[in-house]
Amino acid sequence: MITSDLEVQAQATSAPASSAKRIVNDLAIQVATVNGSGSQSANTVLLRSIFHMGVPVSGKNLFPSNIAGLPTWFTIRASKDGWVARKADIDLLIAMNGESAREDVLALAPGAVVIYDEPLKLNELRTDLTFYPVPFDQLTAATGAEAKLRKLVKNMVYVGVAAQLLSIKMEAVEATVRKQFAKKVKAAELNLSAVRAGYDFAAATLTKQDPYFIEAMHATDGKIIIDGNSSAALGAMFAGVTVVPWYPITPSTSVIEDLIDYMKEYRVEADGKASFAVVQVEDELAAIGMVLGAGWAGARAMTATSGPGISLMAEFAGLGYFAEIPGVIFNVQRTGPSTGLPTRTSQADLAFTAGLSHGDTKHVLLLPGSVKECYQSVMDAFDLAEQLQTPVFILSDLDLGMNNWMSEPFDYPEKPLNRGKVLNAQQLEELGGFARYKDVDGDGIGYRTLPGTDHPLAAYFTRGTGHNEKALYSERPADYENNLLRLSRKFETARTLVPKPILEGSGKESVGIIAFGSSDFAVEESRDQLAREISLATDYLRIRAFPFTQEVAEFVATHDRIYVVEQNRDAQMLNLLKVDLDPVEAIKLHSVLHFNGLPLDARTVTTAIAALEGAR
Amino acid sequence: MSTTPIITPAASAAVKPVKTNRIGLQILDYRGSKSTLCAGCGHNSVSERITEAFFDMGIQPERVMKMSGIGCSSKSPAYFMSRSFSFNGVHGRMPAVATGALLANKTMRSIGLSGDGDTASIGMGQFIHLLRRNVPMIYIVEDNGVYGLTKGQFSATADLGSRLKNGVVNELPAIDICALAIQIGATFVGRSFSGDKKQLSAMLKAAVAHKGTVLLDVISPCVTFNDHEGSTKSYKYMQSHEEEVGEVGFVPHFEDLTIDYDHDTTTDVALHDGSHMRLRKIHADYAPTNKVQALKLLMETHAKGEVLTGVFYVDTTRPDFSTLLNTVDEPLATLPESRTRPSREVLAEIMADHT
Repeated sequence: MITSDLEVQAQATSAPASSAKRIVNDLAIQVATVNGSGSQSANTVLLRSIFHMGVPVSGKNLFPSNIAGLPTWFTIRASKDGWVARKADIDLLIAMNGESAREDVLALAPGAVVIYDEPLKLNELRTDLTFYPVPFDQLTAATGAEAKLRKLVKNMVYVGVAAQLLSIKMEAVEATVRKQFAKKVKAAELNLSAVRAGYDFAAATLTKQDPYFIEAMHATDGKIIIDGNSSAALGAMFAGVTVVPWYPITPSTSVIEDLIDYMKEYRVEADGKASFAVVQVEDELAAIGMVLGAGWAGARAMTATSGPGISLMAEFAGLGYFAEIPGVIFNVQRTGPSTGLPTRTSQADLAFTAGLSHGDTKHVLLLPGSVKECYQSVMDAFDLAEQLQTPVFILSDLDLGMNNWMSEPFDYPEKPLNRGKVLNAQQLEELGGFARYKDVDGDGIGYRTLPGTDHPLAAYFTRGTGHNEKALYSERPADYENNLLRLSRKFETARTLVPKPILEGSGKESVGIIAFGSSDFAVEESRDQLAREISLATDYLRIRAFPFTQEVAEFVATHDRIYVVEQNRDAQMLNLLKVDLDPVEAIKLHSVLHFNGLPLDARTVTTAIAALEGAR
Repeated sequence: MSTTPIITPAASAAVKPVKTNRIGLQILDYRGSKSTLCAGCGHNSVSERITEAFFDMGIQPERVMKMSGIGCSSKSPAYFMSRSFSFNGVHGRMPAVATGALLANKTMRSIGLSGDGDTASIGMGQFIHLLRRNVPMIYIVEDNGVYGLTKGQFSATADLGSRLKNGVVNELPAIDICALAIQIGATFVGRSFSGDKKQLSAMLKAAVAHKGTVLLDVISPCVTFNDHEGSTKSYKYMQSHEEEVGEVGFVPHFEDLTIDYDHDTTTDVALHDGSHMRLRKIHADYAPTNKVQALKLLMETHAKGEVLTGVFYVDTTRPDFSTLLNTVDEPLATLPESRTRPSREVLAEIMADHT
């Protein structure tokens, strides 16, 4: 794998003679620090400085489930071609953590570069790498920072060293620091002095021996950098969310914490009163219970959670489906089962969520594949939930949710909120009443009223037990069956309303790839690798919702072999597709699986598909 | 069926004027469906008293949400006030649904019907957090010490040493729901007996007048599984062991308050809607605002094998959860888009922050 990766790199950079080899705007940087040492700001400055240079970039925080003390790694990938997925091989290691340094250095591919804290003496470990020793403690002390700040300031020193070695312009770093510390001028100055200390040290002392350079481009003009959780929070605010019960759980916590920040800023009215209620509750049972209570009473209610929370919500999810109550549940997936690895990414809640609860239950799922879709999906989910009168689940993941991604700025929603079929008192008067679960329009969706509707015929009895069209308790077999059949018709209506998949490629190739969510970044890059390395042209369909729309079956029907790429062990998407497809079509599906907790990388996909194609 | 003609409102008008409440509605407007619970079930009496209390207080039925979990008690919202909006959820989770509904619409009234299993076992987690938040609703536990729908297993409120029909003896101590509620933060806590019409009616009306969590533990005998010798939740046991902490009187806000009372023996509590609750002392040291005294009295009475009833604790000063959240005056559920979706400029500003 390592060898082939280098081959790709060589192809990509039309390498001249090794001594003069320049690799421009194409590298992966890994910063190894100790969890809790405050390296996040420094890493963000480095990331944003490259962004400021106009070079496409992405950042990933690989952190342990720990408050402080364990090793943590932040990777930054700069790619002139715009590839933002995880890159398996690291080109530049910044080794600040003695505990992980040895292992980190030994894992590097030959030719990689190491900036390291001088006392660690890492240069003794290997002869096939380029080493730059830096006396961080002395440089930090020289900034004059007070003792308690030195740990933080030290991180800014490596930003300066890396910037100088990579030819990142000091102006770009300075602009980034000033923006990041816009509200703390003193902190900005202190951090800048640390960056300069590193920069000046590198310029005066280190001799450039590696091929990596950052040069100005214009590929990031007009773009933003944001994480998926923050994007989802924005989506919720612009969806007009009003009730948000939640229970903290990694990696979803920042969805709500960011939402609270936004709502305090933009949704408190002139008299100081809030047009929302965010409530931290006792557990996820309460979170979804309150979502359903609020949805029943007419509010746009949502919660955010991760796998263990989804497990706890199972019973209520069935109630929401059967009593037909809108609500939005945003699941930032992490690995399971049980606690699994709470700080690692996964797409393994798919099958469970699709049928969450006992009995005949199936849910509408949205599968955002970018930060922009995290934003959009919450607005879509609320419209769908209220139109369809059902809970809608959004499945993001840790990679999308907690990492930094470039994006086009988000679009302001042009369509008004769709609040679904709700009857008011006047309509009830004209109609002479209503039957809550009657399929008046043939789409499986009944009309509802909201508590407080001022009409003697407005009320109905909501229950999870068997009921007839008038919402009256019923154990009659025909009533139960009719109700379940109507719910199936409603699911067919959902099929026509959910976001359609995105097709890339000519549509005429014989090989297709199906993926969803955060796998998109790696699949995009992999298709490029497959085309260049084994001349395999592919079509690619990115699924964005369950139930599957018409286009999914058509894609399968028009391709000979389809590789379903997903981040779980049991081929959950493939199996959901199998249930939906004609069995003759389903045999065309093959799995490409990745489930070690790290974000998917292109090389894994390329290697797997190349092998399967070769074995044919 | 008796041959006596059913008096319809129209027919009765000729005989005598139909009784209407202060908003012009008849008791019929507060009725529910026919009960499917056992004949003689205490829960049916509770449904009757609720019907009367809301009628007497003149509460518009459409302004009321009836919430419940699972169990015999949780079925009972179907048997009163059909013109109110009802939500029969999942077992032990009514508090979350009720809280969510009130978050969506704080202008609504809410009454929750639960049982000793639904509250004190499977629902304990949500129950105590509802109390802690002082969610503005009436929470009634129809407490009979057994699981009815699954045919007679002990619940967690069954007294130590009490016996099931099949002879099984309960070896675990009972959870005192009222003591718990006082300690955790409910602002109106009392116990009554489904057979004590006068007391339960007065307590329910006072509950309607209070803004905050009202916890009423109503001993409501299960005639099928727990009304035998050896049960401490039977009609017979309650008739011989009920001990009132004080007599509960109630003067609604729309009635003349000039009737005087003996200030030495009676505590007057001004409730949120302007009504007054008058508690005539039976126990000399009884003060309904003292948590420690209330808990002491509860424990002492229980140790004697007696069942203490009445209003144990009232706090009209602690803000309820809706007030604490400081949301806009209108229901969040129906705020117009102009107040829930920020402007185009706001999005542009946030986007600029991320460039």
